[in-house]
Amino acid sequence: MRRIISVLMENQPGALSRVVGLFSQRSYNINSLTVAPTDDPTLSRLTLTTIGDDRKIEQIIKHLNKVVDVAKLVDLTEGSHIERELMLIKVKATGAQRAEVKRVADIFRGDVVDVTPTMYTIQLTGTEEKLDGFIQALAGTTILEVARTGVSGVARGEKILSL
Amino acid sequence: MLSGGDMLIRALHDEGVDLIFGYPGGAALHIYDAIFNQDKVEHILVRHEQAATHAADGYARSTGKPGVVLVTSGPGATNAITGIATAYMDSIPMVVISGQVTRDSIGSDAFQETDMIGVSRPIVKHSFMVQNAAGIPSIVKQAFHIATTGRPGPVVIDIPKDVTDPGETFPYEYPETIKIRSYAPPTKGHSGQIKKAVEILMSAKRPVLYTGGGVILGDGSELLTQLARTLGYPITNTLMGLGAYPATDPQFLGMLGMHGTYEANMAMSEADVILCIGARFDDRVTNSDVSKFCPNATILHVDIDPASISKTVTAHVPIVGPVVPVLEEMLEQVKASKIKIDAEALAAWWKRIDHWRERDSLGVTPAEGEMIKPQQVIQALYKVTNGEAYVTSDVGQHQMFAAQYYHFDLPRRWINSGGLGTMGFGLPAAMGVQLAFPDAIVACVTGEGSIQMNIQELATCKQCALPIKIVNLNNEALGMVKQWQDMQYSGRYSQSTYADSLPDFVALAEAYGHVGVRIEKMSELESKMKEAFAMKDKLVFIDVAVDPNEHVYPMAIRNGAMSEMFLSKTERT
Repeated sequence: MRRIISVLMENQPGALSRVVGLFSQRSYNINSLTVAPTDDPTLSRLTLTTIGDDRKIEQIIKHLNKVVDVAKLVDLTEGSHIERELMLIKVKATGAQRAEVKRVADIFRGDVVDVTPTMYTIQLTGTEEKLDGFIQALAGTTILEVARTGVSGVARGEKILSL
Repeated sequence: MLSGGDMLIRALHDEGVDLIFGYPGGAALHIYDAIFNQDKVEHILVRHEQAATHAADGYARSTGKPGVVLVTSGPGATNAITGIATAYMDSIPMVVISGQVTRDSIGSDAFQETDMIGVSRPIVKHSFMVQNAAGIPSIVKQAFHIATTGRPGPVVIDIPKDVTDPGETFPYEYPETIKIRSYAPPTKGHSGQIKKAVEILMSAKRPVLYTGGGVILGDGSELLTQLARTLGYPITNTLMGLGAYPATDPQFLGMLGMHGTYEANMAMSEADVILCIGARFDDRVTNSDVSKFCPNATILHVDIDPASISKTVTAHVPIVGPVVPVLEEMLEQVKASKIKIDAEALAAWWKRIDHWRERDSLGVTPAEGEMIKPQQVIQALYKVTNGEAYVTSDVGQHQMFAAQYYHFDLPRRWINSGGLGTMGFGLPAAMGVQLAFPDAIVACVTGEGSIQMNIQELATCKQCALPIKIVNLNNEALGMVKQWQDMQYSGRYSQSTYADSLPDFVALAEAYGHVGVRIEKMSELESKMKEAFAMKDKLVFIDVAVDPNEHVYPMAIRNGAMSEMFLSKTERT
């Protein structure tokens, strides 16, 4: 099952490599990974998506908790949550394709953020699933480049992840 | 005002360190100069950095105090890796300080530069790269705190050379306490869980206590013994847990697992309740197919590391906490419990166990003539040392024989590399033990394969006048490899023999300035061993020619249940 795990960790050199290293060392999957400092500059928030059965996820969480730099973590998929990912996608847009690409972008509430006579750069935010759906919807066109941030998320309601 | 180098050594002293093991080199020279200028922290010069880590490890295992290592950058640091991994796998508290190239040359492929933090990352509990000299006292304090608390483990401190420059000085203050906000190991067990466990334990009909190295690391042996005696239940120890419960006590079933006794493995397999304390259901215990492991048992699992619980075998009642407070609470609850142990069921259980014991799975059939069986060497060692020695071992058949035939009544007396299985561990580990206990009998049980992996340490033993007794079970082959090749590869001895190129160990020992003794006849085994151990102030290398065809039994049958074992070359369960 797909899980989104958010980790608060010390914003220190080596912390990220310890977390990432753990996944390769114990052969756990990472599908996406995003990390940046929080409002507290001494803390970074890392969010990753992974796939595994309950036993594996339990081990991942236990081992993440053992990393000395990890202060706190949450499996967002355990409760209702909001997840977002941002994608910048460059698509070939010439001839009849040009209008079609724009129409599909509008349907997905994407913004054209850069234009040339032959292409569009579209910015799209949403769940991982929505972004995948957009790429599928563009199957008939030529995708030139895709840059995705990886999933970030928070729990719904009053639940918060902080120290 | 102190330089970075002086601060480091001063901080070690303030942390209570009086002995460190190491080897100098370019990036560590400022630190070595700081060592020269003081007399509080003694430095032991080994002959290879791997030995420094094993010696610190042996010191830590025998004393309970953290072992400390100092090496230089590059090859000094990478040579230490095997010893760090050994300590990591067995949860040994250790602090390894490695020199590093200067800050401005990091990343430039400078001479003797290695990314020590990166290379050691998967085998350390934590690591620190020192960014400035002022941070040294706090980092040392944190490193020792992390290495020694919770589930212990090795911590690396990597120090760039310019940080220890004697030309730059800083105010020094050693912090009395340290708080790391992201690190909070458990301090006690969950009372509700302990209560649940005690109820199941007291209602058991066929209980077994299965305990590991965690009991020794957490200094829980006395409480464990009290608990086992109060309950009157059978108890077995893992390889790492030997000595946590007195081996000569009638409630002790011997070691369990791959080369465990018939009675220990049978009792585990038939148990209805297993109380596991400080062990981790390692594959050498459970065998490869965990679905066959103790199918009828309710598992109660106490461990300080939550990640060890339900990792391979699902625990029905998990208890996360340090062994001492958990056992204290458990013992209290057992004594106060209204549940009466089913004496009849327990008596019947013991009767079955005694029946298994009658099989005498560790019985030794003497060879014909003067040939010495390796098991008989350990039996002689046990007799000659009155069972009071600290015994270190290397890895292989001799290690298993030592575990099976030397009956440890006290914790911290059996020092071996269980998790990583590091050949070359025994001799340097014995150095650490002998330095910690100068008057104790320290025996290193080894084989002619393992001893050659760190043989250079005979020189360190000479320099420090360490009267270690090396007991070399010389079967002229890599015995355990050969055993597997006998059992699984139709006796094709691929790269496991070297009889025509073995050194003369007696001459070798003498070349290093020690005493060498060769034993070839069974009739001389005990008397010559006695003579060797009577040389109290000398290192004696006792080279014993043993039966080259002997196998270690019992031996678990691959992918079988705990009850499935080979008991000899011709018998199986």
